Amino acid sequence: MKSRARNQLRRGEILAGYSMIAPLYIGLIVFYLFAFGQNIYDSLTNKSSFGVPDFVGLANYIKMFKAPYFYQALQNTLMYVVICVPLVVVFSVLVAVLLNVGVRGTGAYRTLSFLPAVTLPAAIALMWKWLLNYEFGLINALLNAFGISSIAWLSDPQVVLFAVSMVFVWSSVSYQVIVLLAGLQGISSNYYEAARIDGAGRVQQFFSITLPLLSPSIFFVMVTSIINVFQIFDIIYLIIPQYSSGTAASRSLATFFFEEAFIKFQKGYGAAIAVALFVVIMVVTLAQMWFQKKWVHYDE
Amino acid sequence: MHLALVLLSFITLAPFVWMLLTSFKTFEESVQMPPDILPQAWNLINYRIVLNKFPFAMFYWNTFAMMGMTVAVQLVVCSMAGYAFARLQFPGKEFLFTLCLALLMVPGQIFLVPHYDIMVRLKLTNSITALWLPKIFSAFGTFMLRQFFQGLPKSLDEAAMIDGSGFFGIYARILLPLVKPALISLAILTALSAFKDLMWPLIVNNAMDKMTLSAGLAMLIGEHTTIYPQVMAGSALAVWPMILLFLMFQKHFVEGIALTGIK
Repeated sequence: MKSRARNQLRRGEILAGYSMIAPLYIGLIVFYLFAFGQNIYDSLTNKSSFGVPDFVGLANYIKMFKAPYFYQALQNTLMYVVICVPLVVVFSVLVAVLLNVGVRGTGAYRTLSFLPAVTLPAAIALMWKWLLNYEFGLINALLNAFGISSIAWLSDPQVVLFAVSMVFVWSSVSYQVIVLLAGLQGISSNYYEAARIDGAGRVQQFFSITLPLLSPSIFFVMVTSIINVFQIFDIIYLIIPQYSSGTAASRSLATFFFEEAFIKFQKGYGAAIAVALFVVIMVVTLAQMWFQKKWVHYDE
Repeated sequence: MHLALVLLSFITLAPFVWMLLTSFKTFEESVQMPPDILPQAWNLINYRIVLNKFPFAMFYWNTFAMMGMTVAVQLVVCSMAGYAFARLQFPGKEFLFTLCLALLMVPGQIFLVPHYDIMVRLKLTNSITALWLPKIFSAFGTFMLRQFFQGLPKSLDEAAMIDGSGFFGIYARILLPLVKPALISLAILTALSAFKDLMWPLIVNNAMDKMTLSAGLAMLIGEHTTIYPQVMAGSALAVWPMILLFLMFQKHFVEGIALTGIK
């Protein structure tokens, strides 16, 4: 008798389990698994806006690997990662440590410094597009006031990538500071007291306590920054005009994908670019997982 | 220390302040070099022009309807799945959960061409539904809520079971209220990322009255506009709602964002 009741309960549990994950899984299957396969298939076709796409084999991939634009977008993307990720990590650690010191008015300073995290990236791009305007921008006006001649931030191919990086760093430090502040508050003050008794100065405390104990949060900031920068799109798309002298020099893989798939409507080709972006990010993610074991210190 | 804090605030605030100041200037004032800091008169003409040229009321409605639907449906879908993964035993659970986690690592662009086609096939392009439908199945949300359900004592379920609750009742009446802080955090994170998204709204809705604030701003600059006082007025109109929400619920925002960093 008892075992039959238990069997019934067990069947109920299995049924409940499947039915409660069903809505999620229907969505995951349609919008992710099926979509993933569909994208792979699309990348093997000449799909565009109209008509029935033909299967073209690897033609899109061959076209991509022959296109100088692809290599430039790949190179630009890697440059964004190399420039932005260290800057975001360093600045967000510095700002978080600064905001963690209990000076009077820290609360207000925190609120202010969190603002970019809740601001529309599209608006951030427009704000900076105006600040960096060649003829009438505030930044060139300031440079001129100091006797430096104007810089074509958004059209000089030598400069655009750095201008976009600067805006990206400005816009994403704020979010990461919030993550790091939570990490800082998790460090027990006992460590610092012990260090003070041992006569360690502020700088030494920072390097021997704060940095190692914050390393899980710093790692998180690094990983999310890398992923975000690999997909950098909004700022470039809105700050650099299409078909301008700065377009090619600032184009990332994500903007390249968007232009081909949804401006030129070469969806098959766009799908192939998306696959390339996927492969690049997967390689980096796996490398990070391996790398994580080497330096992140997890508190037991 | 104070100097560093003041410098930090200046770097953070200056672009916002310049946006606001510019939005009140006339075109002539805005292109004067060197620029005056303050506008000669605080006139609202740029705001009036932008509000006339662009359907901002629709932008607000589309954005907040999209955010509301994304949050509401995602919380239901992900909390149910999170509970099942945390508390129930069923065959294939480990595999299904690992699959869910694997999706966390896949960059979103690879789904966009197919998502667009799905929307075309469902005749949903240029609709609010198209904006939120692909966003509600969140692997991250499921993972996060599962962690929280796992943190609750198992004796709660057992006690409720003895009182005759079914599994769904345990989820809905006993455990869900206890993970409310996590639900609030997830709601904020989801709302924020839906609010900020640009690429998907640009792709799926091209009718002006179905655009979000994000996509609307792209139109603002796309019209070959070099009248920056108007562009800045439009930007100011787009950023204030979220900043206001943030100032009102700062504690929840900070907790929500901080939670993403917890492994």
